[in-house]
This record gives sequence, C-alpha cells and structure tokens, in this order.
Amino acid sequence: MQRREFLTLLAGAIAAMLMPINALATAWNKTAFEATRLADATKNLGIGSEIASSEEVEIIAPDRAENGAIVQIEVTSHIPNTESISVLVEHNPTVLIGHFVFSNGALSYLVTRIKMAETSDIKIIVKAGDDYFTASKNVVVLENGCG
Amino acid sequence: MKMRAKLIGDITEVKAIISHPMETGRKKDDFGQLIPAHFIQLVTATLNEKPVLEMQWGTGISKNPYLTFHLKGAKVGDKIVVNWQDNLSQTGTGEILVSAG
Repeated sequence: MQRREFLTLLAGAIAAMLMPINALATAWNKTAFEATRLADATKNLGIGSEIASSEEVEIIAPDRAENGAIVQIEVTSHIPNTESISVLVEHNPTVLIGHFVFSNGALSYLVTRIKMAETSDIKIIVKAGDDYFTASKNVVVLENGCG
Repeated sequence: MKMRAKLIGDITEVKAIISHPMETGRKKDDFGQLIPAHFIQLVTATLNEKPVLEMQWGTGISKNPYLTFHLKGAKVGDKIVVNWQDNLSQTGTGEILVSAG
C-alpha cells in the first residue's frame, strides 16, 4: 500500500470516529448564534423577514438595567400551538441569545437572565405552526454587560 | 445545579440555576489576555424521560444561567431532569422530583 493511500484511509477512519461528535454539534445552530446582525440571525433560524407583530407575545423586562450583565426577562406566548421562542438582542455583538423549543406539556413561557451590551430592543420571535409572531421591548442599559 | 419543582394548581413551576462561567470569548483578564469562550450551547429538560424543553444558548445568557419554565400534566413525584453541554463538550445534569406547592 502506498503511503498516500494509507494516509487517506487513516484520515477516513479518523473522520468516521469523529462523526458522532459532529452529529451532536450540528444540533447547535452555529451560524445563527455567530450572526452579528438581526437579519442574519433570523435568516439562519429559518425565519422570513416579514413577521407580524403580536400583542399575544408578552415580554416583561426592566425599562432600565443598571448592569447589563444580568437582565432578567420573562416571556409568555399566548398564541395557541406555540412551538418555539427565540430571544434576540439587536445591539449585542452577537444578536441571538437563545432558542427555546417546547413540547409534551411545557407551556410557552420562560424566565431567564441575559447579557446586554448597550441600550437595545429585546426582540422575541414565536413560531406557531408555519407562522411567526414578534414583539419587542426596549431596555436602557447603564453599564455594559458583555465585557 | 440547583433545582426546584412545585406543583401549584395544575401547573408545575420548575426553576434551575446552573453554575457556569458563560464566557463570551471577548472579555480580557487582568493581564490583557482574552479569556477563551466557554459557554453552554445545548440544554434539555425532560419530564419522566420525555423531552419538554429543548434549548440552544449563545454567549448572551448570563453567567450562572437561571431558568424558570412551566409544565402542565406533571404530578407530585414525577422526575424532571436537566442536561447541558457546553462548547468545550463538558456536560452537567440535575434532577428533581415534583413536590406539592
């Protein structure tokens, strides 16, 4: 066997061994999470650019945050058959904060704490069936929380 | 991980706090060196081994992530498990039984 053939085989074998790890990693939407612009993040989440605003999507967050490192948000979607909630912060270095998928009796509700680099809108996008709905809440940030 | 699960009426309120630095990769240490990114990417919550909440997180979730979620149909004694995995392939898990509120 030629050295080159052996190396090709070896590379193949290593790739095969690494496959399960890669399969896991693809579950995390790297492109969407590394996006620096809102439009790129939503596109990579498979969300179209035209989304209807909805008062059925409720965001509770402070009007002013002393420290952007910890901003508590509470999100409720009152839209029937909500499948997922995406949390984005328009003016953060990377805009996508988290993507939450509900099933088997989990209510479309969440409370979490997020980082905000500067004053920005928090944008929530809800998926229900084939439809998307959005709502925004502006938070004034007094101290950068992204470091 | 610290967890709590309380049945109040027909809703179970689950709270979890995970100890994790959630480093963005953009922060510098005292010597001006960048601290490498270290953050949780995938989190799954299950009720009696069935998934109820599947999450993808970025660097924008605060240090020591906090989460509350609500479940319908859970009973006292049901088991809730939360598993996470970060960008360095480290993992963690926590579990709690639903208690009467």
